[in-house]
Amino acid sequence: MSRDAIIVDYGVGNLRSVARAVSHCGAEPVLSSGAARIEAARHLILPGVGAFGSCVGALRSHGLLDPVLKVIDSGRPVLGICVGMQMLLDVGEEFGEHAGLARIAGRVQAVPATGADGTPHKIPHVGWSAIFPVATPWAGTIFEGITPGSTCYFVHSYAAVPEGPENTIAVCDYDGRTICAAINRGRLYGVQFHPEKSGPVGLRIFDNFLNMSAD
Amino acid sequence: MPSLRLMARLDIKAPNLIKGIHLEGLRKIGNPAEFARRYYQAGIDEIIYMDIVATLYQRNNLSDILRDTTESVFIPITAGGGVRTLQDVETMMRCGADKVAINTAAVKRPQFIEEIATRFGSQCCVLSVEAKQSGPSRWEAYTDNGREHTGLDVVEWVRRAADLGAGEVLLTSVDREGTRKGFDVALTRAVADAVSIPVIASGGMGAGEHLIEVVREGHADAVAMADVLHYDRMPLAELRERAAGAGIPVRSI
Repeated sequence: MSRDAIIVDYGVGNLRSVARAVSHCGAEPVLSSGAARIEAARHLILPGVGAFGSCVGALRSHGLLDPVLKVIDSGRPVLGICVGMQMLLDVGEEFGEHAGLARIAGRVQAVPATGADGTPHKIPHVGWSAIFPVATPWAGTIFEGITPGSTCYFVHSYAAVPEGPENTIAVCDYDGRTICAAINRGRLYGVQFHPEKSGPVGLRIFDNFLNMSAD
Repeated sequence: MPSLRLMARLDIKAPNLIKGIHLEGLRKIGNPAEFARRYYQAGIDEIIYMDIVATLYQRNNLSDILRDTTESVFIPITAGGGVRTLQDVETMMRCGADKVAINTAAVKRPQFIEEIATRFGSQCCVLSVEAKQSGPSRWEAYTDNGREHTGLDVVEWVRRAADLGAGEVLLTSVDREGTRKGFDVALTRAVADAVSIPVIASGGMGAGEHLIEVVREGHADAVAMADVLHYDRMPLAELRERAAGAGIPVRSI
């Protein structure tokens, strides 16, 4: 069976790296800004770079909001990356309040400006941080086979705060602050870090995602 | 803190990887993408490409190198040199860069920082500063590989750039660059303590203790290395072990 993944191209971000990661996993990456193509996706990747509001706005102005929602609501595998992950929540607080895609309950809030001990730390949170499971075991998810404590590349100033603890499937620690690293509901996944920039660990995540059944 | 980021800095005079001393006296080393791949395999955390003749020739020649590199390198890549318009930034991103480093264009028109941050996000905008000591605890920012004065005080300039939306600072000590005598720790500390954005120390890495010193004393969030990697003076794994042994968190490979 040929594996292909539709990467939503709505004018933001570095899609080349995502596409390269997909083909590295032996699948065919298809960059698309076509509503019909996206709606028919068996594996959909939603990237996002920049501010929450402008990403949601760009998705809408390209006429791709409904097609993306249709794929999500069909239960086929969808992977949001960085702001593409954040958009899956209800509301983003970056540069004012903006409505998201509301497919996972919760908000996107600024990364706390201090560590747990009150000492200011660097914002954005940039660099390689270790990720760990929370309540849900990783078997059968996009983190299948990944050792807890493996590091992934993060660069963000805002982070998802899902309402239900069951929707957080990976976290990282930033100076004593727990940051949501990945969210999940059914076959809908979102990762705060950049798997396409996280070396072999990130490639494994793509591979797991692409191996997920779309039926 | 997140792991200390170890970065390979590859100065480019297309199509070659080159290396100089004090950013001058350049020597050809080889094919940049091949070096990048080797460093990726060895576990480097990020790659920085600097087209060091771009400003001179008014164009940046990194596109092909970036495309070649991102075929098989899956870590963050910063591209700099001659980036002066939003179109240039977009071109670099389309070729596979995750961030752009800007110096001359930002000095000429600081609003450019804000424009990049607004359009592509702060995380994409790395302010590149070429610093030369101008007095006790004072450094001046330069452009054109440390040749042109700007009259800007480095600490004040970085503060302003951070306010305008720069997401990181690539801080190169022209005095130390290529000397292998260690980073300018005082410079790094002065800048790192003045802003809340991450600071990448560059210029002077020659031994494991230099790395430890610039993190502990200089408060660097990341270190850029060139000579020590290009000439294979020290295996990356050993540098990583030295850092970990000193209690500095590094990425597990």
